[in-house]
Amino acid sequence: MLEVRDLSKSFGDRLAVAGVSFVADTGRTLGLLGPNGAGKSTIVNIIAGVLRADAGDTRVHGRVIDSDTSPAKRLIGFVPQDLALYEELSARHNLRLFGSLYGITGTELETRVAAVLDVVRLADRAGERVESFSGGMKRRLNIAAALLHEPSVLLLDEPTVGVDPQSRNAIFDTLAALRERGLTLIYTTHYMEEAERLCDRIVIIDHGRVLADDTLAGLCARVETPARPARPAGPDRATLESVFLELTGRSLRDE
Amino acid sequence: MSRSTGRLGAIRALVSVDLALFFRDRRSVILNLVTPLVIAGLFGMVFGGGKSTPGKLAIVVIDQDGSSISQAVTTGLAAEKTLQVTTMDEAAARELVRKGKVRAAVLLPPGFGEAAGRAFLRSTGKPRVDVLYDPSQPYTLPMVQGLLTQQVFTAVTQELFGGSDGTRLIDESLADLDAGGTDPATATDLRELLQRARRLNQRSRADAANSADAAARRGGLSVPFELGDAPVTSGSTPYNPYAHAVAGMGVQFILMMGIEAGVALLLLRRRGLWLRLKAAPLARGTLLSARVISAALLSLIMLAVLYIGSGLLFGVRINGSLAGFLGIAAAFALTTAAFGLLIAAVGGTPEATRGLAIFATLVMVLLGGGWVPSFLFPAWLQQASLVLPTSWAIGGLEAMTWRGLGIGEALPVIAALLGFTATFLLIAVWRFRWDSVRD
Repeated sequence: MLEVRDLSKSFGDRLAVAGVSFVADTGRTLGLLGPNGAGKSTIVNIIAGVLRADAGDTRVHGRVIDSDTSPAKRLIGFVPQDLALYEELSARHNLRLFGSLYGITGTELETRVAAVLDVVRLADRAGERVESFSGGMKRRLNIAAALLHEPSVLLLDEPTVGVDPQSRNAIFDTLAALRERGLTLIYTTHYMEEAERLCDRIVIIDHGRVLADDTLAGLCARVETPARPARPAGPDRATLESVFLELTGRSLRDE
Repeated sequence: MSRSTGRLGAIRALVSVDLALFFRDRRSVILNLVTPLVIAGLFGMVFGGGKSTPGKLAIVVIDQDGSSISQAVTTGLAAEKTLQVTTMDEAAARELVRKGKVRAAVLLPPGFGEAAGRAFLRSTGKPRVDVLYDPSQPYTLPMVQGLLTQQVFTAVTQELFGGSDGTRLIDESLADLDAGGTDPATATDLRELLQRARRLNQRSRADAANSADAAARRGGLSVPFELGDAPVTSGSTPYNPYAHAVAGMGVQFILMMGIEAGVALLLLRRRGLWLRLKAAPLARGTLLSARVISAALLSLIMLAVLYIGSGLLFGVRINGSLAGFLGIAAAFALTTAAFGLLIAAVGGTPEATRGLAIFATLVMVLLGGGWVPSFLFPAWLQQASLVLPTSWAIGGLEAMTWRGLGIGEALPVIAALLGFTATFLLIAVWRFRWDSVRD
């Protein structure tokens, strides 16, 4: 279980995260939704231990991440929004490096590298340079690099940006398999259909604050007030997108 | 697994990736390993190419006088082993100097010999001799002026004490004395001196008429000493100009590699790799140590290739303390690594940072004496350059190679370079933007 409690973070005068709290249950997928600049990536970076919060804390199975070397960081796998790979090196070389950073060595490292390559279906391309990969393959390898140390929580910051539908589908299959294994997934995305498809619970964030934290059904019920009753089905039925726009507004966010 | 074992494993993995990235990039390998050797070879060739004697300086003598004195000056200059002398008219000479074909031209004006002879005896009416020179080669001017002075002095006194015009010039001076204007006591002494000089001239000419050998030994005043030269190097090993060039270019290209290491760190942040590295349970010191170690190792590899290559190709040898050389190499490698980290800490975008850092490095190498010897700089600049690590590194590497100095000379250099390393590291750690997740 991952608990985020009263997280706050400012960059200079700008308040990026203001008292955010939520809980992600073990083996479930929690979606973080928000417009551009809402604070999603900042929250994910704090949970990953990449950024220090000004206030609040993050606990993984009750253990606090409070320093660069905190053992609790080993419980988290982080998939950054940008491709965090050495393109000049092979997929296998990349994975060996990232495994070594968690103290995995020797035969165990080779076994785990082979295993995660299987998970993301790149075993047959392991010796090739990453720069020769398609966008979808790079995204899958980006996920594989976060799995080597067998984390219990996987943070995914918009992991499907810029990939084709086939690759996106392959990523969804991979994530479904990981959830089957009991991993807790924290998933940030702009794509409503991804959140609807993958997430058991959705936290909507804007201006660094939590606007809503509920299941998909619960969120939809929020906008289906007595003044605007739920309809059994059809185009007028509340969707995640309509809920999102209702909560965050329709003005453009260029940040 | 213990924490320290895990930390060492992480450092080893990060360093091995940096080395792999360096050696996978063929252009980078050529730029960093081969180019310094080639450039050092060119610089070494320009500054002497292993010959102990420098090339002759091409000058022109414009003899508008044609007297025995001006001809003797021309012959004397042509006999100088450092000069290559040709004669021509003024217009042609000016054109050659302007085009940089010759370094200088000596203009002996009409009446020069006569006026110089008179001026020697009476200190009045000195003729003017112009040296036309190439302003881009100002250091040739004092050299030509010095040699010219020596030759004029010799030629004028030879003429006075043994030439046909000498008697006439002495007689004119005696007539001046007789005309008055000089106090009586001084006039008496001068008259006696001139009369003896006249007798010396007459005897010398009589001897010359009777003997070719005596003609060759015509009397005259000359510089009262012989100049010798003795280059001071390590034992019997001659000075190797390539050793200076290798030190200068080695320092320059290694610092360039340090810049690339710093820029690579900025690019890591831009590419998101920095986030992944920071997400691992590693101390900041571990991440920075890996960068320092990989850059230092690459510096040492570059130095090793450069000195092995220059030893094989140009005969550069470590004639001084090997331990001192290795100590300076290691200290400079650490300085380079810290310099790279400093660049990453204070730099902005990778592109702008690279440009500024290259500019700063080139200035440091220039002022450190990497391109031209620092003795050409003004005295204040020579002192000021001691605040630059390049000055210490180049001087130290030279001291351990062709100068053949011992470990005692290496220790202050090592201490200075480690001081620069510590300063750079302190500033880098202080200014490093740890929380900057994207630049």
